[in-house]
Amino acid sequence: MYQTNQYEGMLAETITMQGHKGDAINAYVARPLGAGPHPGMVVIHHAPGWDEWYRECTRRFAHHGYVAISPNLYFRDGHGTPEDVGAKVRAGGGIPDEQVLGDLDGANKLLRSLPYVSSKVGVFGTCSGGRHGFLAACRLKNFDALVECWGGRVVQSKEEVTPKQPVAPIDYTKDLPCPMIGLFGNDDKSPSPEQVNLHEAELKKHGKNYEFHRYDGAGHGFFYYDRPAYRQEQAVDGWKKLFAFCEKNLR
Amino acid sequence: MCTMIAHQAKIEGRGKSGEDWFEVREANVSYDHPYDMPLEHALNIDFVNETAGPSARVAVELSIEAARKLVQTIEAVLAQAEQRGVLEDRLQAASR
Repeated sequence: MYQTNQYEGMLAETITMQGHKGDAINAYVARPLGAGPHPGMVVIHHAPGWDEWYRECTRRFAHHGYVAISPNLYFRDGHGTPEDVGAKVRAGGGIPDEQVLGDLDGANKLLRSLPYVSSKVGVFGTCSGGRHGFLAACRLKNFDALVECWGGRVVQSKEEVTPKQPVAPIDYTKDLPCPMIGLFGNDDKSPSPEQVNLHEAELKKHGKNYEFHRYDGAGHGFFYYDRPAYRQEQAVDGWKKLFAFCEKNLR
Repeated sequence: MCTMIAHQAKIEGRGKSGEDWFEVREANVSYDHPYDMPLEHALNIDFVNETAGPSARVAVELSIEAARKLVQTIEAVLAQAEQRGVLEDRLQAASR
């Protein structure tokens, strides 16, 4: 808990980092001042884009003592407002999973190379970013904790499999090497409560370390204060639970 | 993006974004998260020109009912124009 006489400072800026196949992409980094070591957090933006909410989210993790990096997963799709770039990606059916994994691996490795980052790095994502987070935790096997918020299409039917997203992330559940927390709204359609049930059953089946919190009166994206989906009570509780989880597993 | 339901139609036309008109070459139609419409999912149409970058875009976000009404209205207008014999294709228009 913060005290009013506590010193606090933060540095936040856009940087260039190496992503998939060594591509240079940009990323937003926010970190607390001081030598650390601080745990790291890779913050995966949602489908609508690399937007203001995600910059604030990245700074929020820094405010709570994490060195946070949010790579621009849409870097290769050109530049403009986050909405315009996000709409372009939406029209193209999203971005390839392999490319996302390469970018997230690059972000993880960058954090681990920094002298003020501890040996613990987590991953956080909402919406498609929640799906990417689960995928990254299972496939890359180099994250120490996973925060998945309403990851859409973790459960994919055969009809939903595409060349860009060729495997349903749930199929990798057995490979999840780290603890995870999942936050979901019971009024969500993607993921639906039934899909969250399947997600949880698979985690249980493989004996994974997980906690799921499922909120009544909330749908998709209930953290987004700039959208009608925002649910104050559930969002406050969700943030509290996810930070408690991070403190337990990343400190 | 969580539905990933998106189709693209190659089209020809002009779109207005701000004060300027630009050549529209594609219509991207999706049923997915909108940016402004207060719905979880909407029928989104982006009229774009991919060669001009992501900012060359005229966007609309519609409810399902509105989208269906729009389709019916376009069809009705085209049918009426065809009935009157005033439909022109691009070559006829260009030959004037």
